[in-house]
Amino acid sequence: MYLARVIGRVVATTKYPGLEGVPLQWIQPLDEHGAAMGDALVACAVVSTGPGDLVHFVDGREAAMACPETFVPVDAAILGYVEQAYANGVFIGRESAGATR
Amino acid sequence: MLIGKVVGSVVATRKDEKLENRKLLVVQVHDQQNKPKDQYVVAVDSVGAGNEDMVLYATGSSARQTTMTENRPCDAVIMAIVDSWDLGGANVYEKWS
Repeated sequence: MYLARVIGRVVATTKYPGLEGVPLQWIQPLDEHGAAMGDALVACAVVSTGPGDLVHFVDGREAAMACPETFVPVDAAILGYVEQAYANGVFIGRESAGATR
Repeated sequence: MLIGKVVGSVVATRKDEKLENRKLLVVQVHDQQNKPKDQYVVAVDSVGAGNEDMVLYATGSSARQTTMTENRPCDAVIMAIVDSWDLGGANVYEKWS
């Protein structure tokens, strides 16, 4: 699992059956300093989150397990809203992280 | 998942029999600013996407999580057709504009 910042929302009406009602959001993965790490991707938001939120997400086959319907082609899912993370003596919080939006 | 644009299709007469009757599309990957990347994937279509459509595709073992690709040699599947997206409240892509 990784930390990420929600940076946007995606609207798709035609989805694989079973994904109806599951929001899709752009997320930017973050490193231990809260800086952007790698490329942004789109993830299913299993919990309610919005742009600017610090979240953690899972990628790979396991992401589908978090969805309401588990037999769906999903390779990234937002699992939780993060109030604050602490790594190497540095807090990565909702306000303090310097991710690009 | 990543977003890409359908730029073509693949015709392959001789292929693994488990991929018979599967629609294969060529997708050019775009970034979050809708800028095309020099990166292409061939993906099985599970939602009826067409040329020029912006689509979402899943990769890896997740791509086998559809009735079309279950237990088949496939590592990329188109699982949604994108209507629009925004970044931080600013609209980036709109299909119907």
